[in-house]
Amino acid sequence: MLDSKIPAGPLDDKWTTYKGKVKLVNPANKRKLEVIVVGTGLAGASAASSLAEMGYKVKAFCFQDSPRRAHSIAAQGGINAAKNYQNDGDSVYRLFYDTIKGGDYRAREANVHRLAEVSTNIIDHCVAQGVPFAREYGGLLSNRSFGGTQVQRTFYAAGQTGQQLLIGAYQSLERQVALGNVEMHTRHEMIELVIIDGKARGIIARNLETGELERHFGHAVLLCTGGYGNVFYLSTNAMGSNVTAAWKAHKKGAYFANPCFTQIHPTCIPVSGDHQSKLTLMSESLRNDGRIWVPAKQGDTRKPNEIPEEERDYYLERRYPAFGNLVPRDVASRAAKERCDAGYGVGSSKQAVYLDYADAILRYGKIEASKRNLGNIGTDAIIALGKEVVKEKYGNLFNMYEKITGENPYEIPMRIYPAVHYTMGGLWVDYELKTTVDGLYALGEANFSDHGANRLGASALMQGLADGYFVIPYTLGNYLAEEIRTSNISTDHPAFIDAEKVASDRINKLMTIQGKQTVESFHKRLGKIIWDKCGMARNEEGLKQAIAEVRALRDEFWSDVKIPGIINQMNPELDKAGRVADFLELGELMCLDALERKESCGGHFREEYQTPDGEALRDDNDFMYVAAWESKEVGSWNLHKETLDYEVVKPSQRSYK
Amino acid sequence: MQHYTMNLKLKVWRQQNSKSEGRFEVYDVNDISSEMSFLEMIDVLNEKLIKDGGDSIAFDHDCREGVCGMCSMVIDGRPHGPWQGTTTCQLHMRAFKDGDTITIEPFRANAFPVVKDLMVNRGAFDRIIQAGGYISVNTGNAVDGNAILIDKQNADDAFAAAACIGCGACVAACKNASAMLFVSAKVSHLALLPQGQPESKQRVAGMIAQMDKEGFGSCTNTYACEAECPKEISVMNIARLNREYLQSNLGS
Repeated sequence: MLDSKIPAGPLDDKWTTYKGKVKLVNPANKRKLEVIVVGTGLAGASAASSLAEMGYKVKAFCFQDSPRRAHSIAAQGGINAAKNYQNDGDSVYRLFYDTIKGGDYRAREANVHRLAEVSTNIIDHCVAQGVPFAREYGGLLSNRSFGGTQVQRTFYAAGQTGQQLLIGAYQSLERQVALGNVEMHTRHEMIELVIIDGKARGIIARNLETGELERHFGHAVLLCTGGYGNVFYLSTNAMGSNVTAAWKAHKKGAYFANPCFTQIHPTCIPVSGDHQSKLTLMSESLRNDGRIWVPAKQGDTRKPNEIPEEERDYYLERRYPAFGNLVPRDVASRAAKERCDAGYGVGSSKQAVYLDYADAILRYGKIEASKRNLGNIGTDAIIALGKEVVKEKYGNLFNMYEKITGENPYEIPMRIYPAVHYTMGGLWVDYELKTTVDGLYALGEANFSDHGANRLGASALMQGLADGYFVIPYTLGNYLAEEIRTSNISTDHPAFIDAEKVASDRINKLMTIQGKQTVESFHKRLGKIIWDKCGMARNEEGLKQAIAEVRALRDEFWSDVKIPGIINQMNPELDKAGRVADFLELGELMCLDALERKESCGGHFREEYQTPDGEALRDDNDFMYVAAWESKEVGSWNLHKETLDYEVVKPSQRSYK
Repeated sequence: MQHYTMNLKLKVWRQQNSKSEGRFEVYDVNDISSEMSFLEMIDVLNEKLIKDGGDSIAFDHDCREGVCGMCSMVIDGRPHGPWQGTTTCQLHMRAFKDGDTITIEPFRANAFPVVKDLMVNRGAFDRIIQAGGYISVNTGNAVDGNAILIDKQNADDAFAAAACIGCGACVAACKNASAMLFVSAKVSHLALLPQGQPESKQRVAGMIAQMDKEGFGSCTNTYACEAECPKEISVMNIARLNREYLQSNLGS
C-alpha cells in the first residue's frame, strides 16, 4: 500500500505543522552522518550545499567534468515565485492553483501547495547568493509572464536564468567543498544502488576517466539526476542526460510513477536533417511577445513576409482568446501539430509554424520613442528602436537561433516546432521526497510529484531548488534522526560486493558482444519508435506495436551492439551504451503506462479520448490516480495506484478559452 | 540560406591519456551538410570510425546549446573555431567549404592536462572558485529579495560577467595560458553586487593565489582571451580585478 504521508490538517497549515513536529538531528550527530547526492543540477547542488551547511558529511557525484555543467544550466526563461511584487493579484494560493490546473489535476495538492509556499524563499536566497536577476531602473526585481498564468510572477536573468541559478548553487557547493564538508566526485556515474537490510546504504559509481568501479557508503542516498527525455533520442536535454541512476533504483525496488507524462515543448528549432543530434529550445518567454501563426491557405509556399496579414491564421489567438499565445505547453504543442498535420506547416519540412516578432518590435519601438520623447520619427526609426528593446530582452535566444538556422529572426519570423523537453513522471516519492526504498530520496525532475500531467513554464527551476534548499533539509532529518546509532558500514559488506559484481558483469557483457551496430544507431531507432507512437498523440494500436518493437530492439541491442575501446580508460561509447540499455527498458514502461491510462490529460493525449473540439478529455472517475510501477524483472511490472484526493481545488475541464 | 554538402580532410589530435604522447591523425569525411553543427560532423566521423573497427574520438560536450561550457577544441588554431562569440557546439558547418582541411586540437595549457584525445581536465577552475568565488550565505538566512536595491547598470554588468561558462577558451587563447579573464569575470560578478562586498578582499586574494598555484601564466594584456571568448566577456573585468587586488593589498 502506497502511503504518501501527507500531514493531516488544512492544506495551508500542513507544511508548517510538519516542520514543527519533524525530528531533528543535533549538530554533533550530523557530523557523523554521511549523505550521498547523485547529480549536481539545481536539485542536487542545492541539496548538497544546504545539507553540508547544516553539518552533514556529503559526497556528491556528477558525470560531467564539473558540477557547474549540469543541464539545469540550459534553462532559459525564468523561475516562478508568488511574491506578488507586481500587485497583480498573485498569491501562494494562486500559484498553487495554476500549477494544479496546469498539471491537468494529476498532481498531489499537498506537495504543490508546499512548493508555492517556499517559492518566495527561493528568490530571497538566490538574491543573497548574488544571482544577478533582471532589475528595473529603481533597483527592484523585474518580472515577466509565462504560459498558463495571468499574472507576472516569473523572475529571470535574460534568457539564462537556469545558468545563473545553477552558478549560485554551484558556488555554494564549491564553498562547502573548500570547507571539507562535501567530497566532490566529477566524471563519476552511479551505476548501482546498494541496499542493506531494506535501506539504501550506498552506491557503486564508475570513474569515467579510468573505468574503475568504486563503492561509496551513505546513511542515505539522494537521486537528483534529472529526467528521462533522452529516451526520445531527439530532445532538448543535454547529450549526457540519462535515466540510469533512477532506473537502477527502480530495479532495486523504487516505484516509477507516471512514466508516460512527458512534456513536448511548443517552441523549439525544427529538425533540419537525419544528422540531427539534439534539439534546441527557444524559451517560452518568447511567447510573451511573439505571435504564432501559419498561412491561412494550405501548402502556401510564399515567403512569410510576402503573406499579407489577412491571409495569416494566428491559430492560438483564434482558438484560445483568453490566453492566446500563452496557453500551457501541452495545448500549444498539440495545436501546432494539428495545423501541420492538416497541411498548413511551413519551411522545407512543412513541420514548422512561425513565431513572429514584427508586431512586438513595432510596439516596443513606439514605447521607446515616446519614453525618449522623440516625436514622429517614422516607421524605420521606430523599428530600429524596437529591435534594440527586443535584443535586450531576448538577444541571446535570437543569436542562438541565427547560429543554428542561418536566418535573422529580427527580419524573418522564426520557424518553430514542438520537441521533447521535460518529463513529469519519475521516481514515486512521498511527501518527504522518499521513494519506496527506505533511505532513498528523489529530488527535482527525477521525482514525479509536483507537475501532474503537464508542467507550467518556469516551474522546473522552482521545484528543483525548493526540493534542495527548503524541503530535503527538513525531511531528511526525520529519517536520519533514527540513524544516529548506525555507524558507517564497511564497503566490504557483501551487499557492496554483490552490487559491484552486477555492475561489472553487465559492463563485461556489453564489451564482449562486439556486434555490428553502433550504440547511437540503436538510440536513434528507439527514439523514433517512442516519438512516433508515444509522443504528442498516442493510441492503443500504436502503443501495442511500440511495446513489441522496443522489446525486439532491446534483444537486438544485447546481441549486436558494437562498442569500441576498452573498459579501463575514458570510453564515451561504453558510457552511452549503459545509458541506452536502460532507455530500452524504460521505453517499454512508458508505452505500457500510456496504454493503461485510457484517458487524455496534460501531455498524455490518447486520440481515442478527446472532446469534439480536439481538447484532452480526462476521466476523473477511473484515472484520478498516480500510476506507480513496481519492477519485477525486465519487461514485467506490477501497477500500484495512489488515489489523488482533491480537498481544496475542484477538478474541472481545463479551459484556456 | 543555401544548403550544400562538402568533403573535408580532418587533422585530429589523438592521445590515449595524460601520460602518453599524442599525434595528429588524418581522416576524410564526406557528404557533410552545411546545416550540421560542427559536433554533428564529428559524430558522423565517429560512427564511421567505430564501424571500421577503430576507436572513436573522445571530446567533451553536453548541452549543445552553448551554455554548459563543456565543449572545447581548438579548431584551425582558434578555441571554439572561426565564429566570433560562439562555442564549438554552436559552430555550424556553413563556416566551411568543400575541400577544406580542418585542424582540431585540445585546449592546450599546463593547468589543463589532456584526459583523452580532445578532452582536458579543467578541475583547476573549480578549485579557483573554491578559493573564494562565492558569497558566504547559508540557506535560510536571506532577507526579502527586494530589500536589497541594486543599481540596474551594476546588475546588468554583474550579469554580463556572470555569463562566463567556465569553458577555458581564454586560457587556450592566451600565449601565457593565463586564467585572468575567467577569474576576473567571477571577481567582477560578485564585486559589482552589494551582497559581494563583505568578502571582496579575501575573495580576490584567495582566487589569485589559487590561480598561481594551479600553474596558469601571467596576463600580459594581449586581449586574445576577449577575442576568443564565446560569451564575449570583456577585458574590462581584468581591469576591475586589478583594482580589487590592489585594494586588497592596501587594506592588509
